Order: sequence, then C-alpha cells, then structure tokens
Amino acid sequence: MKPKNQRLALVSAAIMALLVAVLLAMWGLRSQASFFYTPADIAAGKAANGEAARLGGMVEKGSIRREPDGVTIRFVLTDGRATTPVVYRGIVPDLFREGSGAVAEGRLQNGTFVADTILAKHDERYMPPELGNLAAEHKAGKTLEK
Amino acid sequence: MIAETGLAALWLAAGLAAYQFVLMVLALRSDIAVTRPMRGVAVIQGVLTLLAFGMLLLVFARSDMSVALVFENSNSAKPFIYKVAGAWGNHEGSMLMWVTILAIAGAFVALFSRRTGERTLTAALGSQAVLALGFYAFLLVASNPFARLFPAPPDGQGLNPLLQDPGLAFHPPTLYLGYVGLSVAFSFAVGALLTGEVDSRLARAMRPWVLGAWILLTLGITAGSYWAYYELGWGGYWFWDPVENASLMPWLAATALLHSINVLAARGALKAWTMMLAVIAFSMSMVGTFLVRSGILTSVHAFAIDPQRGTFLLVLLAIYVGAAFVLFAVRGASLKEGTPFELVSRESGLVVNNLLLSVVLGIVFLGTLYPLFIEALSGEKLSVGAPYFNALAGPLALLLAIMVGIGPLLRWRRERRPVFGQLKIPALIGVSALVMTILAAPAMHILPRLGFGVAAYLIAASILPLVGRNPLRAPLATWGMVVSHFGIAVALSGMAANAAFSSERLAIAKPGEILTVGPWQVQLESVTPTAGKNWTANEAELRASRGQGAFTLKPETRYYSDPPTETNESAIRTFWNGQLYTVVGKEDASGAWQLRLWWKPFVTLIWAGGALIAIGGALALLGRLLPLLRRRRFPEWRRRYA
Repeated sequence: MKPKNQRLALVSAAIMALLVAVLLAMWGLRSQASFFYTPADIAAGKAANGEAARLGGMVEKGSIRREPDGVTIRFVLTDGRATTPVVYRGIVPDLFREGSGAVAEGRLQNGTFVADTILAKHDERYMPPELGNLAAEHKAGKTLEK
Repeated sequence: MIAETGLAALWLAAGLAAYQFVLMVLALRSDIAVTRPMRGVAVIQGVLTLLAFGMLLLVFARSDMSVALVFENSNSAKPFIYKVAGAWGNHEGSMLMWVTILAIAGAFVALFSRRTGERTLTAALGSQAVLALGFYAFLLVASNPFARLFPAPPDGQGLNPLLQDPGLAFHPPTLYLGYVGLSVAFSFAVGALLTGEVDSRLARAMRPWVLGAWILLTLGITAGSYWAYYELGWGGYWFWDPVENASLMPWLAATALLHSINVLAARGALKAWTMMLAVIAFSMSMVGTFLVRSGILTSVHAFAIDPQRGTFLLVLLAIYVGAAFVLFAVRGASLKEGTPFELVSRESGLVVNNLLLSVVLGIVFLGTLYPLFIEALSGEKLSVGAPYFNALAGPLALLLAIMVGIGPLLRWRRERRPVFGQLKIPALIGVSALVMTILAAPAMHILPRLGFGVAAYLIAASILPLVGRNPLRAPLATWGMVVSHFGIAVALSGMAANAAFSSERLAIAKPGEILTVGPWQVQLESVTPTAGKNWTANEAELRASRGQGAFTLKPETRYYSDPPTETNESAIRTFWNGQLYTVVGKEDASGAWQLRLWWKPFVTLIWAGGALIAIGGALALLGRLLPLLRRRRFPEWRRRYA
C-alpha cells in the first residue's frame, strides 16, 4: 500500500471506530440508563412499571418493618410531598436509619419499589449528590411553610 | 515552621517551573542550547516538591492540629501508619502528591533521558513544567495544604474509616504514579510535535515510561478491585463505579499506546496515531483525577463535593488537552508516515488492537460522563450502571481477547505464512470448552459461557509465540508479552467462573444454627462485642466445614466514633478452588443475626490474572532497561580497552 493510501485507510479506520463507539453507546444508554426519581415523581406517574430506576428520599419514621425471614425489609421513602413503599432483600448498609436519607436502586413494580441496592450515607461527609439537593429543597420548603 | 517550610518550597518550585517554561520558549524560538540549565532546573524543582511533600508527611505524622488539613482529616487516636497515609487521603494532600510525582518524573527525565534529540528533550521538559505549573497554581491559590488554624484545636476530626485500611496507604499512590507516568509520555509527544522529531528514537525514549505507568495502573486497578471486594462487603469485584472507571479509562488508553508505541519504535510507522494516543492517555488521567477529586458523580468513593475545585481542574484539563489537540491538528498532518505495511501484518494486528481498545474506551467514557451531560442540559438526574457497561464492553472485550491470540503470531510488514494453521489447536480447545459448558451447565448465561470458551482458547494461544523456539533464548520482552496475554486468559476465566458458579446465601441465624452455601455448612457459634484502637465491633464466630477440616471465620460489624460510621468487615477464607466469603449484619428482636455467605469458585483467578498482566509488563520493562544499564556500565571506550 502506498503511504498516502495507508494514511487514508488509518484515518478512516479511526473515524469508523469513533462512530461505532458513539452509536453503540447511544443505543446502550437509551435502553440502560436509569433515572432518578423522588416519591413525588412516582406519585405523578413519571416512572414506568419495571423500568430500571433510582429512588431517593428520607426513610419515614416508624416505617421500617422486617419480614419473618429476617432479611427482607419494607420501609417507606418520603420527600415531604409523597411516599413510596420500598422492599429490599439484603443487609442494609451502614447508617441506614429512620429519618435519614437513602437512595434505592431497582425498579417499580405495581406501586412498590423493589430495590436491588440501598445506598445510604457512608459517613457524615458522604451524601449522594441527588440527596444533597433534596435536603436543600426540603429545608427551603419548610422555611416557606413557616 | 514545618508547614511554612513546605509552603515556601512549593512557591520556589512553582517559580522554577515558570522559569523552565521560559527556557523552553527561548530554545524553540532561537537555537540557544539550554538543555543543561533545563536539566538542572528540572531536578531542583523535583527536589523542592519532594521537600514540600515530606513536610506534609511530617505534620501528619506529628498530628500537628494547628494545620487545618491535619485537623480535618486526622485524629491523634489513629494508628501511626494511617496518620501518615492520611496525608494523601484527602483533597489537598492528594493534589500535592500528584504534583510531587509529576515534578520527580520530570527530574528523572532530565537526569536519565539521552535518547531523543536535545531540542525535543528541552521541549518535553518545558511541557512537563507547564503541567506542573497548573497544579502548583491550583495548590497555592485554591487549596493550600499547609494553611494554619488559630487557635489550634485540641484534636482532629478523623478519617473516613472505610479508608482506614492498608489499601488506602498504597492504592492512591500506585494509581497516581501510573497517571503521572503517562504525563511524561504526553510531554514527550508535545515536545516531539513542537520540534517535528517524531521517530523511533522518541518511541524508545517514551516506552519505559509508558510501560512503567501501565504496570502501576494495572496493579492499582487490580488492588483497588480487591479492596472494594473485601472492604465494602458486597461480594463484587467491579461495580462500574465512576471512580473505578476513572482508573480504567487511562488504563485502556495506555494499553493502546503501549502497543502502538512498539510499532513506532520497531518500524517508524503510526507516527501521528501514537502521538494522538499519548495525548489521549494523559487526558484520561486528568479526566480521572477530575472525576475523583471534584466528587461530581455519585459514587461509593466520592468525598465531599466542592464545585470550585472541580471547576479549577476542569479548566486545567481544558487548557492542557485543548492545547495538545490544537498542536496535534497543526503539526500532525505534516508528519511523514513511516514504512508502509500490508493488510495482514503485525502492524495491522496492532491497529486492530488499538481500534478495539479505543471503542471500549469510548463506550466507558460516554457511559461515565453521560449522566453529567444530561444533568447539565436538562437537569434530569440519571445513572448508568453495570447493565450498560457489561452489555457493551463485555462482547468487545471478548473479541479483543480473541485477537490477542492472533496478533503476536504475525510478522512485521507482511505476513505470507499460513499463520492460522498454528491456531487450530487453541481454537479446538476453545470450542470444546464452549461445548462442555453447554452440556454441563445448560442454564449458564451467554457472556460467562463465551468467557470460558475464549479463556480456554487464549490460554493455549497466548503461549504460541514461545512454541517452536528455545524459550530460554527468547527476549525478555517476548516473555513479558506472553505472560501478560496469559494473564488476560486467567483473569477472564476467573470472571466467568465467578459469574457462572457463585452461590449466595442470605438468611438469619441464631447461635448454633447451620446455614448451607455451595458445598459448605456454616454454623453461627456466637456473636461477641470487641474493641480496637478507635472502634468497637460485634464479632461473629462462624464454623465452616465441607465434610472435614472445619475452621473458624470472624466477620465483624464495626462502629467508629470519629467520625461516627459503621462498616462491615468481611471474613474470607481462600482455597485453591475458590473463596468462602462471609459478612455479618444486624441482630433482630429474637436474637438472630443476619448473615450473608458466598461461595465463589475460582474468583481469585481474577486478581491472579491482573497480577500476571502486571508481571508481564515488568518483564518487558526489564528487557528494555537491562541493555541500557549494561551499556552505561561498559561505555564504548571501556569495552574497547577491556
């Protein structure tokens, strides 16, 4: 192959690779990205049944219940405007408590959020960014009410 | 005085870096030979930064609470090793460590690099100094690690206990060394683009740095994966967490660069291509640092969120990467392409390797940053997780693993021999492994099934370059390649085995009760409270056996007081054929404890494979460096008269 043609071949190969990556990623992101919802979004019907999603809110006081098998828990997440029941099978993470913030990853099934993973505050400084905003909104809302 | 000494050293180093930049401009605009002063200044700059970093270690070691950073991130009750490691377990300290490594890398280039032309070396050192200058500005203006508190508080606030682990002490430095090693490749590329001396000499000068960085990145990723595995107590080894991706992206780019640089070194071809990869590889390091340090993404690793720091890093990233791309656009086209090659040749094989790696890199990059774009554009929040990455990167990685078996068999320039005949036996092994998984485990998912097939094929195919020649006579670099490629097969089989054969048991048990997981009977004997230096814990005693040879495992749930945190300390027992992994959770009202048990057959192969890949890199590096050392010890004149 002549050097000039070779360069042309290489450049077009690189551009092809770039295109393939972008197209694959766009296709994958359309079907696999999961949106972040609050209980109010769920109440408004924004999340489709069975779609992968994340749900964030505060764990409602007195809502945590354990099933007889000892490892399945049910609780309610709230954002002050609406509530969503959540079911989770597993060991809840560090500092998952009533009255504190948590994010559940999973999917909505017939009104109940079935979580595969629960993220809670890891320590005083860690806060999922989505929850940071939520807490701020919450505070703002309260101040307005006053 | 210690902190002030550190700060002063940092200012001086910044001044010298600026001076280096001026020297570079002078040298490029006229033909003044500035290489000697340039080398000297680069070395002094490295020493000064090292001094500053040493001072930071000292204030942490002495728990000097009058330094704000120590107060915020340390506590006098901490074990000594974590006091010292705490110096880089935070934002300011880790940025200082980054610039220290950067400056020292520059000093090493100044001391030892003899291979490139003088002008290119000068330009490369100048570029390295500019990189450092940005980080000096960042430290001195936006995040001074030596800031004092007055009056000094009595004791510090402590360190995230998740990070109080030997992993913390060595994981970030390893990754940073890798990131910064790529900065040298970047600087060489920028230097060579400025002077137009892109040739095989340049590739040979860059290669040890790329290899070294790549080895450290491989080790860092492997160690980080094991750290997440045992410390988080989730039983997984890779979560496609943004911070994990931040280390994977430079690795993918460095792997591509590592392969294309060999083409440039051996054949003088792929010039523009290799320079582009060198720029991309360091850009990915910067992106990685930005993602981790700005805390912009939701992550199990993310620290506090501070938009100002994120913005500063982003601006630096934009300036450096933007300038490099502009330089590439201006100069890249004028590079003469080297020796041509035919479609079936070693060069083409390496181009295919590069293309596949680039596609995987693109997919990981877009998946990691997509949530950011969307939030910036529409304010909508979303996350991209394992399903996306597994579905897209998984098949491409398998395809790449198949190519790994073929490429090394091809000759440079033109391959006319019937090479594919050699691959009959590996292909046969791979297909029979595939058939066996279909017969033995019909319910297995497609990806692990293919994983087994490809791993079996690659185990045989990777050693082919040593077949038919005296293995002891083969160059170390060839051995390194074989060991690394073999390591890919080993890691792949571990991943497939973990995906296909892991068994999990999640249940509650009262003391005395027995749970079954895989072949194991695990009995909960007791749960007792214990205490360590700065934590208290509930320690479960589990007795596990499969027929004979019972042993005890002691997983814990720990409670730290400063800051108040709870962690699950898993207890893991390793066997030749897998790991038994146990986690204890909480107690319920009836006195039963939550237990999570996994039997993970051959999961250790994942990290063994990672280690083999790194060892292969080390062999290749040794193979490149030994001849240099020998030449240095016996210079031409001495050999003549010996």
